[in-house]
Amino acid sequence: MHETVGAPVAPAEVGASAEGLVRLSQARPGDHGVIAEVRADHATEHAVDVHELERRLLEFGFVEGAAFEVLHQGLFGADPIAVKLDDMRVALRRRDAADVWVRLEADR
Amino acid sequence: MSEAALPPTRIALVGNPNTGKTALFNALTGGRQKVANYAGVTVERKEGFLTTPGGRRLSVLDLPGTYSLRARSPDEVVTRDVVLGRLAGEAAPDVVVAVADATNLRLVLRLILELKAVGRPMVLALNMYDIAQRQGLRIDLEGLGRELGCPIVTTVATRKRGITELAEQVDALVESGALATDNAWHEPSAAEIRSAHRDAQRLLKAHVRPPERPDTLTGRIDSVLLHPVAGLVILLALLFLMFQAVFTWAGPPADAIEGGVAWLGGLVGEWLPDGLIRSLIVDGLFAGVGSVLVFLPQILVLFLFIILLEDLGYMARAAFLMDRIMGGAGLHGRAFIPLLSSFACAIPGVMAARVIDQKRDRMTTILVAPLMTCSARIPVYTLIIGAFIPDRTVGPGLNLQGLVMFGLYAAGIASALAVSFVIRKVFWRGAVEPFLMELPTYKLPSLESVLRNLWLRAEIFISRAGRIIMPLMVLVWVLSTFPGPPPGATDPAIDYSFAGIIGQALQPLFAPIGFNWQMVVALIPGFAAREVAVAALGTVYAVGDAEANVGALGARLAEHWSLATGLSFLAWYVFAPQCAATLGVVKRETNSWGWTAVMFVYMVALAYLASFVVYNVAVALGAG
Ligand SMILES: Nc1nc2c(ncn2[C@@H]2O[C@H](COP(=O)(O)OP(=O)(O)OP(=O)(O)O)[C@@H](O)[C@H]2O)c(=O)[nH]1
Ligand SMILES: [Mg+2]
Repeated sequence: MHETVGAPVAPAEVGASAEGLVRLSQARPGDHGVIAEVRADHATEHAVDVHELERRLLEFGFVEGAAFEVLHQGLFGADPIAVKLDDMRVALRRRDAADVWVRLEADR
Repeated sequence: MSEAALPPTRIALVGNPNTGKTALFNALTGGRQKVANYAGVTVERKEGFLTTPGGRRLSVLDLPGTYSLRARSPDEVVTRDVVLGRLAGEAAPDVVVAVADATNLRLVLRLILELKAVGRPMVLALNMYDIAQRQGLRIDLEGLGRELGCPIVTTVATRKRGITELAEQVDALVESGALATDNAWHEPSAAEIRSAHRDAQRLLKAHVRPPERPDTLTGRIDSVLLHPVAGLVILLALLFLMFQAVFTWAGPPADAIEGGVAWLGGLVGEWLPDGLIRSLIVDGLFAGVGSVLVFLPQILVLFLFIILLEDLGYMARAAFLMDRIMGGAGLHGRAFIPLLSSFACAIPGVMAARVIDQKRDRMTTILVAPLMTCSARIPVYTLIIGAFIPDRTVGPGLNLQGLVMFGLYAAGIASALAVSFVIRKVFWRGAVEPFLMELPTYKLPSLESVLRNLWLRAEIFISRAGRIIMPLMVLVWVLSTFPGPPPGATDPAIDYSFAGIIGQALQPLFAPIGFNWQMVVALIPGFAAREVAVAALGTVYAVGDAEANVGALGARLAEHWSLATGLSFLAWYVFAPQCAATLGVVKRETNSWGWTAVMFVYMVALAYLASFVVYNVAVALGAG
């Protein structure tokens, strides 16, 4: 089954935007920084529409300005990932993390 | 003024998952609802009562946790409907008690802003205040309360601290005549959620100083338990240890109980005059009900593991590690905890599936949950394994009987994955739901709460024996005793009884899978609950054995059954839907007899097929 349906916007293809943002789905364990934008435009086939996905991410604390650090990833396909989000830890799948754009920071 | 005639003031506990709402509910009302360290423990509305220091009657509602009133899954719908007063015949609560984990305030502050729009008078309970203090977290309670416009109480629900103060605040709030304002709540848009987050962030900045000693333990433990390879190895080792332990650790105490029951049965048997009463008590109650009660230690060992893992906070980690495998089988990420709960009992497992938003994913989870090895199968498995599998060590720390036990659990898990794979890939192909899950901080379980939970489990097991098994055994005893044999009969008396007649009539149906008529008789009451079959076998063989053979049931079975028959019986129990209560709860949760029938039929078919294969292979290998 092909993952991309419809007309994906350009950043979905390259995975990096002009402003130096990357998708959280591409982050490795140890990567940390700040969430720059939550934009559910990712054209994967979700069972919910993109606006719903965006609201769910927001309600879970994936909101612009929140500090994050990728802590762990699963064995198979490096999925799912465990993320420290301010004071809480959240597990999510990379496909859902694709809608969160982050600005990585250099190692502390 | 007649206080008693006034309807109680109604308060509802609302907050994010895993913040201690149920612990608070139990502390307030003396309830015994389930508390555990993962999100999604409570899936329905529970009511309890208390009288405040001011003499006011309070009705307290415990609700499922949620991140938002914009409910998506059935458990969250319950919370939304209660808070908004949408339930038929039930007004919105008089006071909302927002429950927050004091160490993790960001998300709940946003939820509180949403709750404020609902317009009910509110009290904020800052729970887990013990942890906040240990971390040196400073919260400006007065300032925060002023900005939120609601009184704040700090609580430690698990140690019952702050409970009186909370009740007093509710009193004061009602006394002051705080009135509900109009409900201005609507589903927030993404922009509104963002703006509420900004408000929450501002409140945090202004009134909460970051902890001086933040928790680093969780991170350190996770670097081992969530390690991609080591984590999986540890998970498998834990499961292996758990299922082995059910068999090996519980052996000695179980033998002791078995000896005790046999001794008592013998004593009562000698003391009672020969006749029907003696047969009813010795064969029906001691041989029947007693043969199930001896499995109490096994049940408790299993629950000890489950309770410890749940309280520590390991469940969400296990779900994380297994997510890819579960997803590969077409199961939703949130299906893991319902399925793991089903190791205890399929009923809470099926209900826990309420945390899954999409109907299809929820149905799949419900359909496969009864395949997980529930604790009621333990008596069946242990009995048959004890009777037919030699007690040998096959490697360092590996006991053959324990290994077979592990194999049966593994068969249950593998079949659940296989069935859901078939359902999702053949019948219900479609998109996958997003999956977000909070990983709670680890908490050291308190000895007291572990013991209390174990005691609760023992009570449930024993009361089941009294409520379900005992009356059924009286029935089984009646059926296997009457009518008596005709004069001059040569076959055993039980062959002429109703049970004998029914069993022998149905036995041809089960002959291809190697069941004898006694087993068929045991299966019928066994539809009430799995362990009833063990009791029924106990009674049928006790009545049948004229020479009042006092040997344990296992020894009797080893005498009467071939190895192939024993293995076939085990295979049957991996799959068969032998539990009326589970079927009832599936009907309730799916709201459909159709789905209940689908489950029943597919499980019977799998059971028959598995037993057929196992029996015939075993016979071919010379175990017939
Ligand atoms: N240290 C400490 N632990 C607490 C306190 N209150 C609750 N806990 C623990 O926190 C965990 C969650 O408690 P629950 O009462 O199940 O939480 P809940 O809010 O009902 O969770 P859901 O039903 O899933 O929404 C359990 O492990 C409790 O033992 C507290 O005040 N202090
Ligand atoms: Mg709860």
